[in-house]
Amino acid sequence: MLEIEGLSAHYGPVRALSEVNLKVEEGSITAILGANGAGKTTLLRVISGLVRASGGRVTAFGEDITAMPTDRIARSGVAHVPEGGGVIPELTVEENLRLGALWRPDRADRARALDEVLELFPPLAPRRSKAAGTLSGGERQMLAIGRGLMGRPRMLLLDEPSLGLAPLVAAKIMAVLRDLRADTGLTVLLVEQNARSALSISDYGFVLGLGEVVASDDAATLLADDQLRHAYLGF
Amino acid sequence: MTTFFNLTLAGLSSGAVFAALGLSLVIIYRATRVVNFAQPALALISSYVAYSVTKGTGSYWLGFAAAIVVGTVLGIAVERLLVRPLRNAPELSPIIATMGLLLVLQAVAGMIWSNEPHAFSYAFDFRGRFSAADLFAVLAVLVTATGVLLLFKFTSLGLRMRAAAFNPEVARLLGVRVGVMLTLGWGLAAAVGSLAGLLAVPPFISPTVLDEVFVFALTAAVLGGLDNPLGTIVGGLALGIGLSYVAGLLGPELVPLAALAILVSVLAVRPAGLFGRATARRV
Ligand SMILES: Nc1ncnc2c1ncn2[C@@H]1O[C@H](COP(=O)(O)OP(=O)(O)OP(=O)(O)O)[C@@H](O)[C@H]1O
Ligand SMILES: [Mg+2]
Repeated sequence: MLEIEGLSAHYGPVRALSEVNLKVEEGSITAILGANGAGKTTLLRVISGLVRASGGRVTAFGEDITAMPTDRIARSGVAHVPEGGGVIPELTVEENLRLGALWRPDRADRARALDEVLELFPPLAPRRSKAAGTLSGGERQMLAIGRGLMGRPRMLLLDEPSLGLAPLVAAKIMAVLRDLRADTGLTVLLVEQNARSALSISDYGFVLGLGEVVASDDAATLLADDQLRHAYLGF
Repeated sequence: MTTFFNLTLAGLSSGAVFAALGLSLVIIYRATRVVNFAQPALALISSYVAYSVTKGTGSYWLGFAAAIVVGTVLGIAVERLLVRPLRNAPELSPIIATMGLLLVLQAVAGMIWSNEPHAFSYAFDFRGRFSAADLFAVLAVLVTATGVLLLFKFTSLGLRMRAAAFNPEVARLLGVRVGVMLTLGWGLAAAVGSLAGLLAVPPFISPTVLDEVFVFALTAAVLGGLDNPLGTIVGGLALGIGLSYVAGLLGPELVPLAALAILVSVLAVRPAGLFGRATARRV
Protein backbone atom coordinates (compact mmCIF):
# COMPACT_ATOMS: atom_id res chain seq x y z
CA MET A 1 0.00 0.00 0.00
CA LEU A 2 2.61 2.46 1.17
CA GLU A 3 6.26 1.64 1.11
CA ILE A 4 9.06 3.89 2.24
CA GLU A 5 12.64 2.92 1.51
CA GLY A 6 15.78 4.63 2.74
CA LEU A 7 14.00 7.95 3.05
CA SER A 8 16.00 11.00 4.13
CA ALA A 9 14.98 14.63 4.41
CA HIS A 10 16.79 17.83 5.34
CA TYR A 11 15.87 21.37 6.27
CA GLY A 12 18.96 23.13 5.05
CA PRO A 13 21.76 21.51 7.05
CA VAL A 14 19.35 19.99 9.59
CA ARG A 15 18.69 16.33 8.99
CA ALA A 16 15.09 15.55 9.92
CA LEU A 17 14.84 12.01 8.57
CA SER A 18 17.62 9.56 7.90
CA GLU A 19 17.23 6.32 6.01
CA VAL A 20 13.71 5.59 7.16
CA ASN A 21 12.20 2.29 6.08
CA LEU A 22 8.54 1.71 6.69
CA LYS A 23 5.62 -0.23 5.32
CA VAL A 24 1.91 0.30 5.71
CA GLU A 25 -0.35 -2.64 4.90
CA GLU A 26 -3.62 -2.11 3.12
CA GLY A 27 -6.53 -1.77 5.52
CA SER A 28 -4.32 -1.35 8.57
CA ILE A 29 -3.93 1.41 11.09
CA THR A 30 -0.26 2.12 11.54
CA ALA A 31 0.97 4.44 14.27
CA ILE A 32 4.04 6.66 13.97
CA LEU A 33 5.23 7.58 17.43
CA GLY A 34 8.03 9.63 18.84
CA ALA A 35 8.93 12.66 20.91
CA ASN A 36 8.86 16.31 19.78
CA GLY A 37 11.16 16.85 16.88
CA ALA A 38 11.50 13.15 16.09
CA GLY A 39 10.54 13.75 12.46
CA LYS A 40 6.93 12.55 12.44
CA THR A 41 5.50 15.60 10.71
CA THR A 42 8.38 15.66 8.27
CA LEU A 43 7.68 12.05 7.34
CA LEU A 44 4.06 12.86 6.45
CA ARG A 45 5.10 16.00 4.60
CA VAL A 46 7.57 14.05 2.50
CA ILE A 47 4.93 11.42 1.71
CA SER A 48 2.56 14.06 0.37
CA GLY A 49 5.27 15.99 -1.42
CA LEU A 50 5.24 19.15 0.71
CA VAL A 51 8.87 18.50 1.61
CA ARG A 52 11.15 16.91 -0.95
CA ALA A 53 13.13 13.86 0.05
CA SER A 54 16.90 14.21 -0.13
CA GLY A 55 17.19 10.47 -0.65
CA GLY A 56 15.13 7.33 -0.81
CA ARG A 57 11.77 6.48 -2.24
CA VAL A 58 8.06 6.60 -1.44
CA THR A 59 5.78 4.16 -3.23
CA ALA A 60 2.01 4.38 -2.86
CA PHE A 61 -0.43 1.97 -4.51
CA GLY A 62 2.48 0.57 -6.47
CA GLU A 63 3.45 3.94 -7.94
CA ASP A 64 6.60 5.93 -7.16
CA ILE A 65 5.32 9.23 -5.75
CA THR A 66 8.62 10.59 -4.42
CA ALA A 67 8.76 13.43 -6.95
CA MET A 68 5.04 13.80 -7.64
CA PRO A 69 3.46 17.22 -7.02
CA THR A 70 1.36 17.43 -3.86
CA ASP A 71 -1.95 18.05 -5.59
CA ARG A 72 -1.47 14.95 -7.74
CA ILE A 73 -0.62 12.80 -4.75
CA ALA A 74 -3.85 14.01 -3.15
CA ARG A 75 -5.80 13.15 -6.29
CA SER A 76 -4.26 9.68 -6.35
CA GLY A 77 -6.08 8.91 -3.10
CA VAL A 78 -3.82 10.07 -0.27
CA ALA A 79 -5.57 12.42 2.15
CA HIS A 80 -3.21 14.25 4.50
CA VAL A 81 -4.76 15.99 7.50
CA PRO A 82 -1.93 18.26 8.62
CA GLU A 83 -0.87 19.14 12.13
CA GLY A 84 -3.55 21.41 13.60
CA GLY A 85 -6.04 20.29 10.95
CA GLY A 86 -5.43 23.01 8.38
CA VAL A 87 -9.05 24.09 8.47
CA ILE A 88 -9.50 27.32 6.48
CA PRO A 89 -11.15 29.66 8.99
CA GLU A 90 -12.43 32.14 6.39
CA LEU A 91 -14.48 29.48 4.61
CA THR A 92 -17.65 27.98 5.98
CA VAL A 93 -17.75 24.46 7.40
CA GLU A 94 -19.51 23.24 4.29
CA GLU A 95 -17.08 24.98 1.95
CA ASN A 96 -14.18 23.38 3.78
CA LEU A 97 -15.80 20.00 3.40
CA ARG A 98 -16.71 20.46 -0.26
CA LEU A 99 -13.18 21.52 -0.99
CA GLY A 100 -11.98 18.05 -0.02
CA ALA A 101 -13.93 16.43 -2.84
CA LEU A 102 -13.79 19.01 -5.64
CA TRP A 103 -11.21 17.13 -7.65
CA ARG A 104 -13.57 14.20 -8.03
CA PRO A 105 -15.70 14.52 -11.16
CA ASP A 106 -18.76 12.67 -9.85
CA ARG A 107 -20.99 15.46 -8.55
CA ALA A 108 -23.68 13.18 -7.11
CA ASP A 109 -21.11 11.17 -5.21
CA ARG A 110 -19.59 14.38 -3.81
CA ALA A 111 -23.00 15.27 -2.40
CA ARG A 112 -23.31 11.77 -0.93
CA ALA A 113 -19.88 12.07 0.65
CA LEU A 114 -20.95 15.34 2.27
CA ASP A 115 -23.99 13.69 3.81
CA GLU A 116 -21.89 10.79 5.05
CA VAL A 117 -19.32 13.03 6.67
CA LEU A 118 -21.99 15.13 8.38
CA GLU A 119 -23.48 11.91 9.68
CA LEU A 120 -20.09 10.70 10.87
CA PHE A 121 -19.47 13.95 12.76
CA PRO A 122 -22.90 15.10 13.99
CA PRO A 123 -21.66 18.32 15.65
CA LEU A 124 -20.73 19.69 12.20
CA ALA A 125 -24.20 19.41 10.67
CA PRO A 126 -25.87 22.34 12.47
CA ARG A 127 -22.80 24.50 11.81
CA ARG A 128 -22.44 23.87 8.09
CA SER A 129 -22.94 27.47 7.05
CA LYS A 130 -20.88 28.98 9.89
CA ALA A 131 -17.34 30.17 9.30
CA ALA A 132 -14.94 27.37 10.20
CA GLY A 133 -13.05 29.84 12.38
CA THR A 134 -15.91 29.78 14.87
CA LEU A 135 -15.57 26.06 15.64
CA SER A 136 -14.15 24.61 18.85
CA GLY A 137 -10.88 22.69 18.74
CA GLY A 138 -12.60 19.32 18.68
CA GLU A 139 -15.03 20.38 15.97
CA ARG A 140 -12.16 21.72 13.92
CA GLN A 141 -10.37 18.42 14.09
CA MET A 142 -13.57 16.64 13.06
CA LEU A 143 -13.89 19.07 10.17
CA ALA A 144 -10.30 18.45 9.14
CA ILE A 145 -10.72 14.68 9.18
CA GLY A 146 -14.12 14.90 7.53
CA ARG A 147 -12.64 17.07 4.79
CA GLY A 148 -9.95 14.47 4.22
CA LEU A 149 -12.61 11.78 3.90
CA MET A 150 -14.61 13.82 1.37
CA GLY A 151 -12.17 12.73 -1.34
CA ARG A 152 -12.89 9.07 -0.54
CA PRO A 153 -9.18 8.45 -0.05
CA ARG A 154 -7.56 5.06 -0.08
CA MET A 155 -5.15 6.20 2.58
CA LEU A 156 -5.52 8.75 5.35
CA LEU A 157 -2.47 10.45 6.86
CA LEU A 158 -3.23 12.07 10.20
CA ASP A 159 -0.81 14.36 12.01
CA GLU A 160 -1.59 14.41 15.73
CA PRO A 161 -5.37 14.54 15.47
CA SER A 162 -5.73 14.54 19.25
CA LEU A 163 -3.31 17.41 19.86
CA GLY A 164 -4.74 19.90 22.31
CA LEU A 165 -8.06 18.13 22.66
CA ALA A 166 -9.76 17.11 25.89
CA PRO A 167 -9.17 13.38 26.57
CA LEU A 168 -12.80 12.56 25.97
CA VAL A 169 -12.85 14.29 22.58
CA ALA A 170 -9.55 12.68 21.64
CA ALA A 171 -10.93 9.27 22.54
CA LYS A 172 -13.98 9.93 20.41
CA ILE A 173 -11.81 10.74 17.42
CA MET A 174 -9.79 7.57 17.92
CA ALA A 175 -13.04 5.61 18.07
CA VAL A 176 -14.22 7.17 14.82
CA LEU A 177 -10.96 6.15 13.14
CA ARG A 178 -11.23 2.61 14.46
CA ASP A 179 -14.81 2.30 13.21
CA LEU A 180 -13.95 3.81 9.83
CA ARG A 181 -11.27 1.25 9.29
CA ALA A 182 -13.58 -1.55 10.39
CA ASP A 183 -16.43 -0.36 8.15
CA THR A 184 -14.63 0.80 5.03
CA GLY A 185 -11.21 -0.84 5.14
CA LEU A 186 -9.54 2.57 5.02
CA THR A 187 -5.78 2.51 5.47
CA VAL A 188 -4.63 4.93 8.17
CA LEU A 189 -1.19 6.28 8.98
CA LEU A 190 -1.57 7.89 12.37
CA VAL A 191 1.07 10.22 13.80
CA GLU A 192 0.66 10.71 17.53
CA GLN A 193 2.57 11.78 20.58
CA ASN A 194 -0.10 10.19 22.69
CA ALA A 195 1.31 6.73 22.12
CA ARG A 196 -1.04 4.83 24.36
CA SER A 197 -4.24 5.99 22.70
CA ALA A 198 -2.76 5.65 19.20
CA LEU A 199 -1.50 2.12 19.81
CA SER A 200 -4.84 1.13 21.32
CA ILE A 201 -6.46 1.37 17.88
CA SER A 202 -3.43 0.48 15.74
CA ASP A 203 -2.25 -2.79 14.27
CA TYR A 204 1.33 -1.79 13.91
CA GLY A 205 3.60 0.95 15.18
CA PHE A 206 6.86 2.63 14.26
CA VAL A 207 8.81 4.65 16.76
CA LEU A 208 10.94 7.51 15.47
CA GLY A 209 13.82 9.00 17.41
CA LEU A 210 15.84 11.87 15.94
CA GLY A 211 14.77 11.03 12.42
CA GLU A 212 15.44 7.31 12.59
CA VAL A 213 13.19 4.33 13.11
CA VAL A 214 14.24 3.06 16.54
CA ALA A 215 11.57 0.40 16.91
CA SER A 216 8.78 -1.18 14.94
CA ASP A 217 6.45 -3.95 15.92
CA ASP A 218 2.86 -5.01 16.46
CA ALA A 219 0.97 -2.40 18.43
CA ALA A 220 0.36 -4.82 21.27
CA THR A 221 4.05 -5.69 21.53
CA LEU A 222 5.06 -2.04 21.59
CA LEU A 223 2.48 -1.33 24.28
CA ALA A 224 3.94 -4.11 26.40
CA ASP A 225 7.60 -3.11 25.96
CA ASP A 226 8.40 -1.26 29.18
CA GLN A 227 11.88 -0.21 28.18
CA LEU A 228 10.71 1.30 24.92
CA ARG A 229 7.80 3.03 26.60
CA HIS A 230 10.12 4.71 29.06
CA ALA A 231 12.77 5.63 26.53
CA TYR A 232 10.65 6.96 23.68
CA LEU A 233 6.98 6.99 24.40
CA GLY A 234 6.83 8.69 27.76
CA PHE A 235 4.22 6.65 29.58
CA MET B 1 -30.53 69.67 -3.96
CA THR B 2 -30.28 69.03 -7.69
CA THR B 3 -26.56 69.82 -7.59
CA PHE B 4 -26.19 67.24 -4.87
CA PHE B 5 -28.07 64.70 -6.96
CA ASN B 6 -26.01 65.49 -10.04
CA LEU B 7 -22.75 65.30 -8.14
CA THR B 8 -23.77 61.93 -6.76
CA LEU B 9 -24.50 60.63 -10.24
CA ALA B 10 -21.25 61.99 -11.60
CA GLY B 11 -19.37 60.42 -8.72
CA LEU B 12 -21.06 57.11 -9.30
CA SER B 13 -19.59 56.66 -12.76
CA SER B 14 -16.04 57.62 -11.80
CA GLY B 15 -16.43 55.57 -8.62
CA ALA B 16 -17.42 52.56 -10.70
CA VAL B 17 -14.12 52.82 -12.54
CA PHE B 18 -12.16 53.09 -9.25
CA ALA B 19 -14.11 50.08 -8.02
CA ALA B 20 -13.29 47.97 -11.07
CA LEU B 21 -9.60 48.81 -11.10
CA GLY B 22 -9.52 48.37 -7.32
CA LEU B 23 -11.20 44.99 -7.69
CA SER B 24 -8.51 43.88 -10.11
CA LEU B 25 -5.88 44.80 -7.52
CA VAL B 26 -7.73 42.96 -4.77
CA ILE B 27 -8.19 39.74 -6.75
CA ILE B 28 -4.44 39.58 -7.19
CA TYR B 29 -3.54 40.75 -3.70
CA ARG B 30 -5.76 38.09 -2.19
CA ALA B 31 -4.25 35.34 -4.28
CA THR B 32 -0.59 36.31 -4.23
CA ARG B 33 -0.15 39.01 -1.55
CA VAL B 34 1.24 41.24 -4.28
CA VAL B 35 -0.02 44.74 -4.99
CA ASN B 36 0.15 44.69 -8.76
CA PHE B 37 1.52 48.12 -9.58
CA ALA B 38 1.69 47.09 -13.23
CA GLN B 39 -2.11 46.88 -13.38
CA PRO B 40 -2.65 50.37 -14.84
CA ALA B 41 -0.01 49.64 -17.46
CA LEU B 42 -1.72 46.40 -18.46
CA ALA B 43 -4.99 48.32 -18.72
CA LEU B 44 -3.17 51.01 -20.67
CA ILE B 45 -1.74 48.60 -23.23
CA SER B 46 -5.11 46.92 -23.69
CA SER B 47 -6.77 50.31 -24.11
CA TYR B 48 -4.22 51.22 -26.77
CA VAL B 49 -4.99 47.92 -28.48
CA ALA B 50 -8.66 48.90 -28.38
CA TYR B 51 -7.72 52.26 -29.86
CA SER B 52 -5.80 50.65 -32.74
CA VAL B 53 -8.39 47.97 -33.43
CA THR B 54 -11.24 50.48 -33.36
CA LYS B 55 -9.29 52.78 -35.64
CA GLY B 56 -8.55 49.97 -38.04
CA THR B 57 -11.97 48.34 -38.12
CA GLY B 58 -14.25 51.23 -37.24
CA SER B 59 -15.90 49.09 -34.58
CA TYR B 60 -15.75 50.20 -30.94
CA TRP B 61 -16.90 46.79 -29.75
CA LEU B 62 -14.28 44.89 -31.69
CA GLY B 63 -11.67 47.09 -30.02
CA PHE B 64 -13.37 46.52 -26.66
CA ALA B 65 -13.25 42.74 -27.04
CA ALA B 66 -9.67 42.81 -28.27
CA ALA B 67 -8.67 44.87 -25.24
CA ILE B 68 -10.21 42.42 -22.78
CA VAL B 69 -8.53 39.46 -24.49
CA VAL B 70 -5.13 41.15 -24.69
CA GLY B 71 -5.44 42.32 -21.08
CA THR B 72 -6.19 38.79 -19.88
CA VAL B 73 -3.26 37.35 -21.79
CA LEU B 74 -0.95 40.05 -20.44
CA GLY B 75 -2.08 39.35 -16.88
CA ILE B 76 -1.39 35.65 -17.31
CA ALA B 77 2.00 36.41 -18.86
CA VAL B 78 2.99 38.69 -16.00
CA GLU B 79 2.12 36.03 -13.45
CA ARG B 80 3.93 33.27 -15.29
CA LEU B 81 7.02 35.17 -16.41
CA LEU B 82 7.55 37.83 -13.77
CA VAL B 83 5.80 36.99 -10.52
CA ARG B 84 6.05 33.20 -10.35
CA PRO B 85 9.85 33.09 -10.75
CA LEU B 86 10.03 35.45 -7.74
CA ARG B 87 7.78 33.44 -5.45
CA ASN B 88 10.65 32.41 -3.20
CA ALA B 89 12.29 35.84 -3.28
CA PRO B 90 11.80 38.40 -0.48
CA GLU B 91 8.24 39.68 -0.18
CA LEU B 92 9.04 43.05 -1.69
CA SER B 93 10.62 41.68 -4.87
CA PRO B 94 7.46 40.97 -6.88
CA ILE B 95 6.05 44.35 -5.89
CA ILE B 96 9.16 46.13 -7.10
CA ALA B 97 9.12 44.00 -10.24
CA THR B 98 5.56 45.08 -11.03
CA MET B 99 6.54 48.72 -10.43
CA GLY B 100 9.39 48.29 -12.87
CA LEU B 101 7.04 46.73 -15.38
CA LEU B 102 4.72 49.73 -15.01
CA LEU B 103 7.50 52.08 -16.09
CA VAL B 104 8.65 49.81 -18.91
CA LEU B 105 5.16 49.34 -20.32
CA GLN B 106 4.39 53.04 -20.17
CA ALA B 107 7.59 53.72 -22.09
CA VAL B 108 6.77 50.99 -24.59
CA ALA B 109 3.28 52.43 -25.08
CA GLY B 110 4.88 55.81 -25.77
CA MET B 111 7.23 54.26 -28.30
CA ILE B 112 4.52 52.38 -30.16
CA TRP B 113 1.69 54.88 -29.99
CA SER B 114 3.68 58.10 -29.19
CA ASN B 115 3.37 60.20 -26.08
CA GLU B 116 0.93 62.56 -27.78
CA PRO B 117 -2.67 62.06 -26.72
CA HIS B 118 -4.98 60.43 -29.27
CA ALA B 119 -8.74 60.83 -29.36
CA PHE B 120 -10.35 57.70 -27.89
CA SER B 121 -13.90 57.17 -28.99
CA TYR B 122 -16.91 56.49 -26.81
CA ALA B 123 -19.49 53.89 -27.71
CA PHE B 124 -22.23 56.05 -26.26
CA ASP B 125 -23.26 59.64 -26.06
CA PHE B 126 -21.13 61.21 -23.35
CA ARG B 127 -22.74 64.63 -23.17
CA GLY B 128 -24.87 65.75 -20.26
CA ARG B 129 -24.95 65.18 -16.54
CA PHE B 130 -25.37 61.43 -16.37
CA SER B 131 -24.79 60.40 -19.94
CA ALA B 132 -25.35 57.09 -21.66
CA ALA B 133 -21.60 56.55 -21.37
CA ASP B 134 -21.77 57.05 -17.61
CA LEU B 135 -24.68 54.66 -17.36
CA PHE B 136 -22.76 52.10 -19.39
CA ALA B 137 -19.74 52.45 -17.13
CA VAL B 138 -21.79 51.92 -13.99
CA LEU B 139 -23.71 48.98 -15.42
CA ALA B 140 -20.64 47.32 -16.91
CA VAL B 141 -18.83 47.53 -13.61
CA LEU B 142 -21.80 46.37 -11.57
CA VAL B 143 -22.39 43.39 -13.84
CA THR B 144 -18.71 42.47 -13.87
CA ALA B 145 -18.27 42.90 -10.13
CA THR B 146 -21.40 40.86 -9.42
CA GLY B 147 -20.11 38.18 -11.76
CA VAL B 148 -16.76 38.07 -9.96
CA LEU B 149 -18.39 37.92 -6.54
CA LEU B 150 -20.75 35.15 -7.64
CA LEU B 151 -17.85 33.26 -9.16
CA PHE B 152 -15.92 33.39 -5.89
CA LYS B 153 -18.86 32.63 -3.67
CA PHE B 154 -20.94 30.09 -5.55
CA THR B 155 -18.83 28.13 -8.02
CA SER B 156 -16.43 25.31 -7.31
CA LEU B 157 -13.77 27.13 -9.31
CA GLY B 158 -14.25 30.16 -7.06
CA LEU B 159 -14.01 27.98 -3.97
CA ARG B 160 -10.75 26.52 -5.24
CA MET B 161 -9.43 29.99 -6.00
CA ARG B 162 -10.28 31.23 -2.52
CA ALA B 163 -8.76 28.16 -0.89
CA ALA B 164 -5.59 28.59 -2.93
CA ALA B 165 -5.45 32.21 -1.81
CA PHE B 166 -6.16 31.63 1.87
CA ASN B 167 -3.95 28.59 2.36
CA PRO B 168 -2.04 27.33 -0.68
CA GLU B 169 -0.47 24.42 1.17
CA VAL B 170 -3.76 23.04 2.45
CA ALA B 171 -5.32 23.63 -0.97
CA ARG B 172 -2.61 21.48 -2.53
CA LEU B 173 -3.22 18.75 0.03
CA LEU B 174 -6.85 18.77 -1.12
CA GLY B 175 -5.90 18.30 -4.75
CA VAL B 176 -6.21 21.93 -5.87
CA ARG B 177 -3.78 22.97 -8.61
CA VAL B 178 -2.70 26.13 -6.88
CA GLY B 179 -0.51 27.33 -9.74
CA VAL B 180 -3.41 27.13 -12.18
CA MET B 181 -5.63 29.03 -9.74
CA LEU B 182 -3.04 31.81 -9.46
CA THR B 183 -2.77 32.11 -13.21
CA LEU B 184 -6.53 32.22 -13.58
CA GLY B 185 -6.71 34.85 -10.85
CA TRP B 186 -4.20 37.08 -12.63
CA GLY B 187 -6.01 36.63 -15.92
CA LEU B 188 -9.36 37.47 -14.36
CA ALA B 189 -7.91 40.46 -12.55
CA ALA B 190 -6.28 41.80 -15.69
CA ALA B 191 -9.54 41.41 -17.62
CA VAL B 192 -11.39 43.42 -14.99
CA GLY B 193 -8.56 45.97 -14.97
CA SER B 194 -8.75 46.30 -18.74
CA LEU B 195 -12.46 46.98 -18.50
CA ALA B 196 -11.70 49.72 -15.98
CA GLY B 197 -9.10 51.15 -18.34
CA LEU B 198 -11.50 51.20 -21.28
CA LEU B 199 -14.05 53.06 -19.17
CA ALA B 200 -11.54 55.49 -17.69
CA VAL B 201 -9.52 56.42 -20.76
CA PRO B 202 -11.89 58.51 -22.91
CA PRO B 203 -11.81 61.10 -24.36
CA PHE B 204 -8.02 61.00 -24.87
CA ILE B 205 -5.48 58.23 -24.49
CA SER B 206 -1.86 58.88 -23.56
CA PRO B 207 0.69 56.79 -21.64
CA THR B 208 -0.01 58.47 -18.31
CA VAL B 209 -3.79 58.74 -18.64
CA LEU B 210 -4.52 56.09 -16.01
CA ASP B 211 -2.07 57.25 -13.34
CA GLU B 212 -4.55 59.32 -11.37
CA VAL B 213 -7.31 56.71 -11.66
CA PHE B 214 -4.87 54.12 -10.38
CA VAL B 215 -4.13 56.14 -7.27
CA PHE B 216 -7.85 56.37 -6.56
CA ALA B 217 -8.33 52.67 -7.31
CA LEU B 218 -5.56 51.80 -4.89
CA THR B 219 -7.23 54.04 -2.32
CA ALA B 220 -10.51 52.19 -2.91
CA ALA B 221 -8.78 48.84 -2.48
CA VAL B 222 -7.13 49.94 0.76
CA LEU B 223 -10.46 51.31 2.01
CA GLY B 224 -11.92 47.89 1.29
CA GLY B 225 -9.21 46.18 3.29
CA LEU B 226 -7.11 45.06 0.28
CA ASP B 227 -8.44 41.53 0.38
CA ASN B 228 -12.15 42.14 0.35
CA PRO B 229 -13.70 42.36 -3.14
CA LEU B 230 -17.10 43.59 -1.98
CA GLY B 231 -15.50 46.12 0.35
CA THR B 232 -13.43 47.45 -2.53
CA ILE B 233 -16.45 47.89 -4.77
CA VAL B 234 -18.29 49.78 -2.03
CA GLY B 235 -15.09 51.70 -1.25
CA GLY B 236 -14.62 52.66 -4.91
CA LEU B 237 -18.17 53.90 -5.33
CA ALA B 238 -18.06 55.82 -2.04
CA LEU B 239 -14.74 57.38 -2.97
CA GLY B 240 -16.05 58.40 -6.40
CA ILE B 241 -19.10 60.06 -4.89
CA GLY B 242 -17.11 61.70 -2.10
CA LEU B 243 -14.55 63.12 -4.52
CA SER B 244 -17.33 64.33 -6.78
CA TYR B 245 -18.75 66.35 -3.87
CA VAL B 246 -15.33 67.78 -3.17
CA ALA B 247 -14.83 68.71 -6.82
CA GLY B 248 -18.29 70.23 -7.16
CA LEU B 249 -18.57 72.02 -3.86
CA LEU B 250 -14.97 72.95 -3.02
CA GLY B 251 -13.16 72.86 -6.36
CA PRO B 252 -11.56 70.16 -8.49
CA GLU B 253 -8.02 71.14 -7.48
CA LEU B 254 -8.71 69.75 -4.01
CA VAL B 255 -9.59 66.23 -5.22
CA PRO B 256 -6.18 64.56 -4.82
CA LEU B 257 -5.78 66.15 -1.39
CA ALA B 258 -9.25 64.98 -0.39
CA ALA B 259 -8.48 61.43 -1.52
CA LEU B 260 -5.36 61.46 0.61
CA ALA B 261 -7.28 62.87 3.58
CA ILE B 262 -9.95 60.18 3.27
CA LEU B 263 -7.33 57.46 3.05
CA VAL B 264 -5.33 58.69 6.02
CA SER B 265 -8.34 59.23 8.24
CA VAL B 266 -9.85 55.82 7.45
CA LEU B 267 -6.55 54.08 8.08
CA ALA B 268 -6.13 55.99 11.34
CA VAL B 269 -9.49 54.77 12.61
CA ARG B 270 -9.50 51.33 10.99
CA PRO B 271 -6.00 50.20 10.00
CA ALA B 272 -7.37 47.11 8.25
CA GLY B 273 -9.61 49.24 6.02
CA LEU B 274 -13.33 49.83 6.33
CA PHE B 275 -14.14 46.21 5.60
CA GLY B 276 -10.86 44.50 6.42
CA ARG B 277 -10.67 41.38 8.55
CA ALA B 278 -7.02 41.53 9.39
CA THR B 279 -7.49 39.74 12.70
CA ALA B 280 -8.83 36.61 11.06
CA ARG B 281 -5.88 36.27 8.74
CA ARG B 282 -2.66 36.64 10.67
CA VAL B 283 -1.32 33.13 10.97
N1 LIG C 1 10.53 24.17 8.52
C1 LIG C 1 11.59 23.70 9.20
N2 LIG C 1 12.80 24.30 9.09
C2 LIG C 1 13.87 23.84 9.76
N3 LIG C 1 13.83 22.77 10.58
C3 LIG C 1 12.66 22.13 10.74
C4 LIG C 1 11.48 22.56 10.06
N4 LIG C 1 10.46 21.75 10.41
C5 LIG C 1 10.99 20.84 11.26
N5 LIG C 1 12.31 21.07 11.46
C6 LIG C 1 13.22 20.25 12.30
O1 LIG C 1 13.15 18.93 11.84
C7 LIG C 1 13.10 18.02 12.92
C8 LIG C 1 11.84 17.17 12.82
O2 LIG C 1 10.70 17.98 12.97
P1 LIG C 1 9.21 17.46 12.83
O3 LIG C 1 8.31 18.63 12.82
O4 LIG C 1 9.13 16.52 11.71
O5 LIG C 1 9.04 16.67 14.20
P2 LIG C 1 7.75 16.05 14.87
O6 LIG C 1 8.10 14.67 15.23
O7 LIG C 1 6.57 16.26 14.02
O8 LIG C 1 7.62 16.91 16.19
P3 LIG C 1 6.31 17.37 16.99
O9 LIG C 1 5.88 16.19 17.79
O10 LIG C 1 6.80 18.47 17.86
O11 LIG C 1 5.29 17.81 16.00
C9 LIG C 1 13.15 18.87 14.17
O12 LIG C 1 14.48 18.88 14.60
C10 LIG C 1 12.74 20.22 13.73
O13 LIG C 1 13.36 21.22 14.49
MG1 LIG D 1 4.78 17.24 14.25
